[in-house]
Amino acid sequence: MSEFSTAGYLDMDLLRFTTAGSVDDGKSTLIGRLLYDSKSIFEDQYEAIKATSEKRGEEYVNLALLTDGLRAEREQGITIDVAYRYFATPKRKFIIADTPGHIQYTRNMVTGASTANAAIILIDARKGVIEQTMRHTYIASLLRIPHVIVCVNKMDLVDFKEEVFEAIKKDYEAFASKLDITDVHFLPISALKGDNVVDQSKNMPWYKGSTLMYLLENLHIANDQNHSDARFPVQYVIRPMNNEYHDYRGYAGRVAGGILKKGDAVTVLPSGFTSKIKTIELAGKELEEAFAPMSVTITLEDEIDISRGDMIVKTDDQPASTQDVEVMVCWLNEKKLQVNGKYALKHSTKDVRCVVKDVQYKVNINTLEQLEDDKTVGLNDIARLTLRTTAPIVIDKYKQNRTTGSLILVDEATNVTVGAGMII
Amino acid sequence: MKNYNLTHLKELESESIYVIRELAAQFEKPALLFSGGKDSIVCFHLARKAFAPAKIPFPLVHVDTGHNFEETIVFRDELAKKYGVQLIVGSVQQSIDEGKVVEEKGYNASRNALQTVTLLDTIEKYKFDALIGGARRDEEKARAKERFFSHRDEFGQWDPKNQRPELWNLFNGKKHIGEHFRVFPISNWTEMDVWQYILQEQIEIPSIYFTHERECFVRDGVIYAHSNVIPLKPTEKVEKMQVRFRTIGDISCTGAVLSKANTLEEIVEEVASTRVTERGSRIDDKRSEAAMEDRKKQGYF
Repeated sequence: MSEFSTAGYLDMDLLRFTTAGSVDDGKSTLIGRLLYDSKSIFEDQYEAIKATSEKRGEEYVNLALLTDGLRAEREQGITIDVAYRYFATPKRKFIIADTPGHIQYTRNMVTGASTANAAIILIDARKGVIEQTMRHTYIASLLRIPHVIVCVNKMDLVDFKEEVFEAIKKDYEAFASKLDITDVHFLPISALKGDNVVDQSKNMPWYKGSTLMYLLENLHIANDQNHSDARFPVQYVIRPMNNEYHDYRGYAGRVAGGILKKGDAVTVLPSGFTSKIKTIELAGKELEEAFAPMSVTITLEDEIDISRGDMIVKTDDQPASTQDVEVMVCWLNEKKLQVNGKYALKHSTKDVRCVVKDVQYKVNINTLEQLEDDKTVGLNDIARLTLRTTAPIVIDKYKQNRTTGSLILVDEATNVTVGAGMII
Repeated sequence: MKNYNLTHLKELESESIYVIRELAAQFEKPALLFSGGKDSIVCFHLARKAFAPAKIPFPLVHVDTGHNFEETIVFRDELAKKYGVQLIVGSVQQSIDEGKVVEEKGYNASRNALQTVTLLDTIEKYKFDALIGGARRDEEKARAKERFFSHRDEFGQWDPKNQRPELWNLFNGKKHIGEHFRVFPISNWTEMDVWQYILQEQIEIPSIYFTHERECFVRDGVIYAHSNVIPLKPTEKVEKMQVRFRTIGDISCTGAVLSKANTLEEIVEEVASTRVTERGSRIDDKRSEAAMEDRKKQGYF
């Protein structure tokens, strides 16, 4: 950690990534390796896993143990739930959404993917592209993770052969070309031995690309947010109710897209009232502009009726305000989707109810086939739905904006989140 | 072209403020759990920013074990007074006096686990439906799986295997009567982020985070403050040491570190070069491999 400096630390940006692999692909080992080689492991943590490894009679310190979470997971040696890990290099801070790979945990991968800038998809070099690889890739494209990094792992077990890597790459590209993924990278690695993770591999001189760590540090993420269409969902109305701020009405929220500036002509949706931005501020400090994902407070020139759930947008660039919504949904619950059933719906800061009018088709996520006759949507299924809401919601397409284009469905009896929807 | 990309601290701050505003919007009677430690102080600071120029629209709640460092209590009271926020104190001593909990015995007795009962009683008494906590996912393995909005059933229990999926920034705070939520705005911060933020924002913290001379003794490799809370074993010797605390909890389970760090800058330097986790000096976590998970399931912070 000798390279540490406070000035540098304050300059770092943040990259969120998710990891997907099937059982025994070495995902936990890879994460352990990233944490260990970036010196994010403390001595007491290392001592603890070393002791456990010795107790189990393992011949090397099992870095995978670093990511062991709940007791049930340790007992079964598997990951059940999404776990978040953190590490930093002098360039960037990283948040890993570590998601389990088993088919029954698709919902966890969707959860981890929803906020990720990048996805690491692991492939066992001995097995090549398998059904789960395709599933993980499909989810990455469905959730529109901007960057995909395919790590062909366990290269040490195939004698670090270039042909193996190239063949897997070709297979993968053939499959991925059918999907909407813009930025794909391929790396041959050995998470166990450390090849091409943080240090360049000496065993694969044929590989001229960067290491995984270098790639993670240098992915260009500034354009991952939509900076063209200004969207400001109102979260909370600030009214101080004291003499100093007698008539103050501040609209608190987090910019969901675009750039808002003082003086901009804005429209409040769904009401359609128009005004101009008087101030943009946070904690008493005035700002000239705000962009996603900044939390700020906005005041307007005119006194109009605005409450939580409304959206402030630029007058010359307005999203749709509608009660009819088409979504791709990932079902997250054992209780099956009810066609014609009613659900609570959360979209940006707006709460409404909706009825599921129709299941148009279900997707076979291993073959990408659309199944039009099968309308049963259960846990981990992905389907296209037609919804009708009780009140208008202000939406963008998910591919244009991941914040204003996403919604969740909540079971009204249990209050549990049952569906994750991406607006088409 | 201008770079529309936030620094990581700005992005974390923005995320935390968003979470705190969601809490205020979604719940009727929220509160902020305030321990006087740096994490809850940062949460308080973020809440002030979230609602300025209005006051924070909820009270602070402190579960007082009666074994807190005096400096922490003084700091807590002054902070509440300075910013005009309501402070509610739940007393573990009172829970003991009322016979609701029984004090642990022996050399390593701690009131840490007893706090859960007092906390749940306080929630019930004031009918709080959501509590902000300063827990971070990097602290401990059970916390790595915690949600921003964490559901608790009518017994205050956490069910780690049955958590609600949390997607995008859509937080589901729907609940039945009697249930409540714990809300963790700084989930994604690390210890280093917290210290850097305190330095950047020049946030006031209790004096015991800085180096001072204190009467201490060593037990099982951990430096403890000498007090009437922990009985000494015959072999243990009290000596004056130059120490500071990395975390602040109950006296009985918070270890000190030898340190000369006297400014925030020096603390940041020290944290950067430290090779042991901050909870490494927390005895409450060492009781078993799943100590934190077990306490959390029962309703601990």
